[in-house]
Amino acid sequence: MLSLGSGGAKSTKPSFVSYVTPEEIKSEKEPQKKERHPNLLPGEVVFCSTNPILKYTQDDISQRGIFGTLLCTNFRVSFISDETPQEEPTQHFKNKLYGENDIPLMCVDCLYGVYDEKKKLITGGMLKNKYPSKMIIHCKDLRVFQFCLTFTKEEEAKKIFQGIVHHCLEPKSLKCVFAFSYANTKGPEMQRTQRTLMFDSQEDWSQEMKRTKGNCRIVTENQNFELSERLPKYFIIPAAVSDDDLSKFPGKGLPIWCWSHHSGCALFKASSLPVTQEDGVAQAWMERMLHAVAQTHLYSVKIEDLLETLPNIQDIQQSYTKFKQFFLIDNSTDFWMSDVKWFSSLENTGWLDIIRQCLQKAVEVVECLEKENTNVLITEEEGSDLCCVISSLVQIMMDPHCRTLTGFQNLVQKEWVAGCHAFLDRCNHLHQKDKECQSPVFLLFLECVWQLVQQHSPAFQFSETYLTVLSDSIHVPAFGTFLFNSAFQRESCLKHSQRGPLSWPAVWDWSMQFDCKAQELFINPLYAEKLKQEKVLRKVPRIKHQRQLSLPSSAFKTPPKKGFFKDEAESLKKMLRVKRFSRWMVPPDSPAVATRQFYEAWQQKPLDYHGLLLPCLDGPAMRLWMQRYLRWTPEAQILGGGSVAITSKLAELLGEVRALQRELAQKGWWDSMGEGHHRPQTMSLALVRTSLRLSSYFPFAASRNWSFKPVIPTGLLQSLMVTDKLASQEDETNEVISLV
Amino acid sequence: VGSSSFGDPVPPAPTHPASRESLKMEPLADVALLPGEERVIDKDLIYMCPFHGALKGKVFITNYRLYFRSTDMSTVTLDVPLGVIGRIEKMGGASSRGENSYGLDITCKDMRNLRFALKQEGHSRRDIFGELFKYAFPLSHGMPLFAFLSQEKFEENGWSVYNSIDEYRRQNLPSEQWRISFINESYELCDTYPVHLVVPYKATDEDLRRVATFRSRGRIPVLSWIHRENQAVITRCSQPLVGMSGKRNKDDERYLDIIREANGTPRLTIYDARPNVNAVANKATGGGYEGDDAYQNADLVFLDIHNIHVMRESLKKLKDIVYPNVEEAHWLSSLESTHWLEHIKLVLSGAIQIADKVSSGSSVVVHCSDGWDRTAQLTSLAMLMLDSYYRTLRGFQVLLEKEWIGFGHKFTSRIGHGDKNHADQDRSPIFLQFVDCVWQMTKQFPTAFEFNERCLVTILDHLYSCRFGTFLYNCESVRDSNKVRSKTVSLWSLINSDKAAYVNPFYTSDCSRVLYPVASMRHLELWVNYYIRWNPRIRHQQSPVEQRYKELLALRDQYLKKLEELQLSDSTPSSARLTNSSTPNAPLPNQHLTHLQTPF
Repeated sequence: MLSLGSGGAKSTKPSFVSYVTPEEIKSEKEPQKKERHPNLLPGEVVFCSTNPILKYTQDDISQRGIFGTLLCTNFRVSFISDETPQEEPTQHFKNKLYGENDIPLMCVDCLYGVYDEKKKLITGGMLKNKYPSKMIIHCKDLRVFQFCLTFTKEEEAKKIFQGIVHHCLEPKSLKCVFAFSYANTKGPEMQRTQRTLMFDSQEDWSQEMKRTKGNCRIVTENQNFELSERLPKYFIIPAAVSDDDLSKFPGKGLPIWCWSHHSGCALFKASSLPVTQEDGVAQAWMERMLHAVAQTHLYSVKIEDLLETLPNIQDIQQSYTKFKQFFLIDNSTDFWMSDVKWFSSLENTGWLDIIRQCLQKAVEVVECLEKENTNVLITEEEGSDLCCVISSLVQIMMDPHCRTLTGFQNLVQKEWVAGCHAFLDRCNHLHQKDKECQSPVFLLFLECVWQLVQQHSPAFQFSETYLTVLSDSIHVPAFGTFLFNSAFQRESCLKHSQRGPLSWPAVWDWSMQFDCKAQELFINPLYAEKLKQEKVLRKVPRIKHQRQLSLPSSAFKTPPKKGFFKDEAESLKKMLRVKRFSRWMVPPDSPAVATRQFYEAWQQKPLDYHGLLLPCLDGPAMRLWMQRYLRWTPEAQILGGGSVAITSKLAELLGEVRALQRELAQKGWWDSMGEGHHRPQTMSLALVRTSLRLSSYFPFAASRNWSFKPVIPTGLLQSLMVTDKLASQEDETNEVISLV
Repeated sequence: VGSSSFGDPVPPAPTHPASRESLKMEPLADVALLPGEERVIDKDLIYMCPFHGALKGKVFITNYRLYFRSTDMSTVTLDVPLGVIGRIEKMGGASSRGENSYGLDITCKDMRNLRFALKQEGHSRRDIFGELFKYAFPLSHGMPLFAFLSQEKFEENGWSVYNSIDEYRRQNLPSEQWRISFINESYELCDTYPVHLVVPYKATDEDLRRVATFRSRGRIPVLSWIHRENQAVITRCSQPLVGMSGKRNKDDERYLDIIREANGTPRLTIYDARPNVNAVANKATGGGYEGDDAYQNADLVFLDIHNIHVMRESLKKLKDIVYPNVEEAHWLSSLESTHWLEHIKLVLSGAIQIADKVSSGSSVVVHCSDGWDRTAQLTSLAMLMLDSYYRTLRGFQVLLEKEWIGFGHKFTSRIGHGDKNHADQDRSPIFLQFVDCVWQMTKQFPTAFEFNERCLVTILDHLYSCRFGTFLYNCESVRDSNKVRSKTVSLWSLINSDKAAYVNPFYTSDCSRVLYPVASMRHLELWVNYYIRWNPRIRHQQSPVEQRYKELLALRDQYLKKLEELQLSDSTPSSARLTNSSTPNAPLPNQHLTHLQTPF
């Protein structure tokens, strides 16, 4: 059992075992009375600080701690070592905003206090006056910090503990988030210099529709959020929706365009309009909406209510809460204890299965668009959670542009940020007591993308490291990107600030967090780029036809299923009358069978990294995102191994090839080589070469305390109590050793 | 060649020109017969493919293989060496109802089953069943294994790969403390040990004989590996014959102490691979373990690895969840319930402890019951961690020849070569489990091994195929009497004649440090490319990284060549350069260059 959770009070055994006795530490180093401050960010204010605090080093083998100052600012909880920092060979991948001993306030997941050897979960409001001897902080990026508070004066310890509890756990107002102090300091023109489309202007939307050859219409009536506060400033709807219908049910039930397939059919999403049998007006309106969607292409539509088949946001939250516990490891004993039933533990959380279900649903939608050329409308209560997951996944599978770095950022901006995913509520950035709205939906999406990246690496321009860093950035309160519930909320914060108009940097401005060298690790060195086609694509989208014809539709011809219609207006109407929200009307179980056939047909074709991409959903193919979840766990690090060993070989060879290219160019033999260097060099040689002994969790693991001793598993036999007869049998059954 | 078939992730190695038999049968499609291979029988039948349904086609049986070619789906072929077949059963009877219910059911040793349906009229399966049964289990029918009929010739002679004296010399043996003993020259001391044994210099041949009486089957502690710097050694043996009465043997006790003294190790560590309870239970049959009282300078550590029967059942469960269909809904818990990876974890973690002990300067003794199953796994894995030589293509062959073949892992009993007795309790996938452990290590250290995954799969394929003599028989003495070296071809002949196919492009040779894999479930994974390779849904492709790397290697070589040319032409009149870069016949068309270069 993991000694996690707050049930420690009942147990008689201590649930926290200290590996360092205070005496041991004292003899090592006398606490010093000096305080240091971190380099504060503009707008950052220190609330409280205390010295000396002992921070346990994560590495159990060295069994020691470091003394230093613990402080809490409006941005972070920070620990500053008293020891003069040694030269740090692995700090190339340094985040400019926060260091390895900093925890942005939003990034704090749970606080635990150790009282009389018992570990207790701290919740805001309780235990205020009693401060623990040790404080354990679990972070949303899965780091674990342990601080010992017993070396400092009682008041000081109380002060810092209460300060941290207050700022990390108590509900706060949006205006208190650090981004609001940080925002003013940046010029308002900052964002426009980037290539990522923000989808807060009409041009961005029309450009996107042009790119995909969509034939829908842009709505400008919501510029000032008159139509709905839950819709983007600008959005796109089927051309056939009349102006009257647009404003009938403010914001609810409108089919919002996501993406157009080259065949002309398109993907739409909608929040659901509560329609009762008696409400004839709403029914008629819904029917008109469906017809409008159907008219987009060949008069066909498939409607999918995602909540009918996918887990809801509470399920997602519950599953992830269980899942992450297996990575927030306090000590080596916990690590090996949880290793025993590792696979079934993972399975029981259901997290991987939720990922699979989302991918599966996305494949079903892809099949519809690609094989049947049918318009698809996905719906969900709010239309901004699973709708965002599924529509984004569909686009990544079908549109190679979404697999480039910029294309992916555009997609997130389009579907999630402008698309009004309620980041503020879902991430519970404000520590609201009512956690019903909290759910890691965006992380779930990144998980699904990671599975695709894992399976088809050369199809993606961005790397696994990029996704990991992006998942961390959700909890860095310096950016405006993942801070709001809607475009409306964001705009009103902008306008109604007491300190005049604000502007937040976007997460996409990666130079805010990482220098150029570190950013090179965001690029996948294996990306198989299709240069020429991409160039053409930007001007004439027609090329898309050729690209996607790599999958002749004849390959997929199957008898048409019930529940979808082509050129049959009458039967559509009839059908709609009978069953208002027709779903995939096929017997239960068979979507899986159908997608399986679809996948197999696709798999038999030669793999085109610039064409349609489908995930394998078989058990062994669904994997754990090791880099994100295990990167801080010393027991799980492979010293000198892991995929980085290959990446560094690749980088090395690449360096040689480049040097040769330069040399050849100097000799005038090859003058066209400059063209190939239009994008940043993909792999920083210096970064990968710094140390011969990179850890498998490069670039995240700090590798100063590498031990040369192997990690030897403990608690082995517990897993393998084989009880049947076989275990006690002799190897050689037929012979008995003669007793001499 | 080999067991290649549809869906095989590892394309077959190129065969050497075979003399096609000019039989009056239909030509054997696209497969060249091996020299020495002969056609036995053809049959039209239906292959009940678990992935594509019933497929009509023709099966060809030779004295080496079963080959099936579908007439319905040209992409589906089967090429199964008969050695892979573990069991053949008749399915249905002449009066069975239902379509395709009459035929043959074949269980293979390589994680698949084959099912063929035949026409029900006229005992149509009688002849094919008879021939198949005879040739699949030749030893049960008084016939030779195919390895003795093969006439294959290779450029390299694989039998020259391993010579025990050379290998001991490589380890700087004999030394002041260790000598090479010829006491077992005619297998008198121990009939399951090799001829040359490395023993402590201070132990006389008479000592060895006395120790042999106290060790199961005379398998005395002998040196497997010595650490170059600290002179700590890995020694291997079988269990001591302690018995119920707790017998002691002064010679054995003294002998272990001599091993300890050889490099001044204060405490000798004895690793007993078994779970403690099993070691205790062994006393009932005369075995046991080294007691504290008797071996005062030694620490005994049990490594808790289960016996061959547990491993056999575990693999059986694994097959159930991966063939023909992969258990989907509860994949992870199903995988866990097979315990296969947990056994792997135990074996690896035992080897890690041994390697760690040795690299810290202490000598170790490793044994299980007889010292030919778990012991071989542990010593060879520890050696793989400690000595980078064994991570080369040739070194790995030496390791197998030495620790497995030489020291008498009972391949015949464990695999059941040519034997119809499929339920034999002696069969167990111990060697497969070891290769899986090696694969796990290559997965964790992708640049540290010169051989690639294909090499491991090829070794496993020919573990069963009986095409080569390498894995035949239980020990050296039997191999000698059957003249394996002169009458059969070595598997290493095949591999070393086509090295490029078995080499890992990422291999970095200066990796001479100790490699400790992480024996945690977090990192252990199922070897999908082996266990699930017959399933076409699991995509088997060359890793894109590897592909890209090879492209880059080729590009670098082209550039180097070009540069060399340019440097030569620099000394010639300047017009040379112009023609060089503009001629259409230039070795590097520009387009090709851009294509390869742009991804970076």
